[in-house]
Amino acid sequence: MSQQEQEHQFPPPKVLTYPSATSPLLITQGAEGRLYKTTYLLPTLPCALKYRPPKPYRHPTLDARLTRARILAEARVLARCRRDGVPVPAVYAVDEGAGWLMMEWIEGVPVRVGINAWLGERVEREEEDGEQQQQHGSGKVGEDQEPLADVMRRVGAAVGKLHKTGIVHGDLTTSNMMLRPREGHGQGSERESLLEGEIVLIDFGLATQSAHEEDRAVDLYVLERAFGSTHPRAESFFDEVLAGYRESFKHAPQVLKKLEDVRMRGRKRSMLG
Amino acid sequence: MSLEEIRLEHVPDTHRVYVGLFRAVSNAGYLQSQLVARNSDFEYAFIDASSVLSRLQLLAAVYKALTVLLDGTLKTPNVHSEIVCSLSPSNNISEAYRRWGITDTTKDVVIVKVLFPTESRPQPPSASEVFSHLTEAVKGTPAPLTDAELAECTDWPKVRKYYKLNGAPTLDGKDDAAKTREMGLLALGGMALRGL
Repeated sequence: MSQQEQEHQFPPPKVLTYPSATSPLLITQGAEGRLYKTTYLLPTLPCALKYRPPKPYRHPTLDARLTRARILAEARVLARCRRDGVPVPAVYAVDEGAGWLMMEWIEGVPVRVGINAWLGERVEREEEDGEQQQQHGSGKVGEDQEPLADVMRRVGAAVGKLHKTGIVHGDLTTSNMMLRPREGHGQGSERESLLEGEIVLIDFGLATQSAHEEDRAVDLYVLERAFGSTHPRAESFFDEVLAGYRESFKHAPQVLKKLEDVRMRGRKRSMLG
Repeated sequence: MSLEEIRLEHVPDTHRVYVGLFRAVSNAGYLQSQLVARNSDFEYAFIDASSVLSRLQLLAAVYKALTVLLDGTLKTPNVHSEIVCSLSPSNNISEAYRRWGITDTTKDVVIVKVLFPTESRPQPPSASEVFSHLTEAVKGTPAPLTDAELAECTDWPKVRKYYKLNGAPTLDGKDDAAKTREMGLLALGGMALRGL
């Protein structure tokens, strides 16, 4: 019970106070909302519950309206993406009045974790292999980096698919993408499997509908900057994201051209706000 | 044969959900007339099984109706009619009755009964009382409510139309099993958003 109390330092939404086979687990707490892992309908069906608690500093009427609008906006974007085949979690249930959204639980780890684990292992391996390589005289650096390049291209393709359907994410980072293990693929050699899996985009809390090159380019720019600071050692691989993106839909080359402008001036187009 | 009790996650213990399936029902028109007449002995969700594509989808509708009941914001007379409306991806109540509710042409009927204490009846009837009333009232063959049994009842073209699944890009190039699964998930999303 004390563990449960620790997890619920803040009151959970009312829906989570009703009985369930396993008690809900608070996964993360953001500025606007919280994410719980819980179950939907059956004890065997895990789900993610995103909850936007009431903000005491806002006028109650305004707070209710904002919460409702944001929960619905996120659910709509997810439903639209899902229908169009963009890899995102399925929507299970929405209670916009109570401020929560239940969606499919995505197994696996964030891309950020996968990449860092892979980079970490590689360093160790290179250190171990150091002597051997001197003996054999042939380093296989290019081949070694292919899994990383490949996952980056898959990230680019997933973002391209999202943009193609007319949505920009608004907060693309390697933490907002999951590497979902493919069904039937057992965990092979551990190091090999670190970067395997299907890219699934998550957290559409800031997503908007837009088909403007400008907005799409800013989406990529945000990812580029986030990638550079999260994975400084893999920064040079960002070109692979753009390569994957370029192939993903018709207008991608124009967006990439726009990205060069955005790089020159930063995320904001006007000097205001 | 009896009704199956289902324990849904995040539902208070006081509310018990029972489901059943009757195949080859011959008196659907009579059952519908009892609902229209608001006969309180016929407080059931009678659902046309041809509009249902999976057990999970049915349970999702039951769960949604229960959250509305617990909230005290029912938009229809009772939790059972609310279950029928919860299957619809729109807010149009009469359309929901027409598409998911029982009509005189309905052949296979999914039945849901939610038992919970009320002011007028602090001790709800038992599941076996409910089932014996149903076997008297419904002229049909009871069957287990499994996905396999439901799949035999489903009218796919109709379901695809109701949930606007025709031409959904995500269904292209998937094998049949994956397609069925994905259609179930798209239907859940449609029900959750009801056109909002």
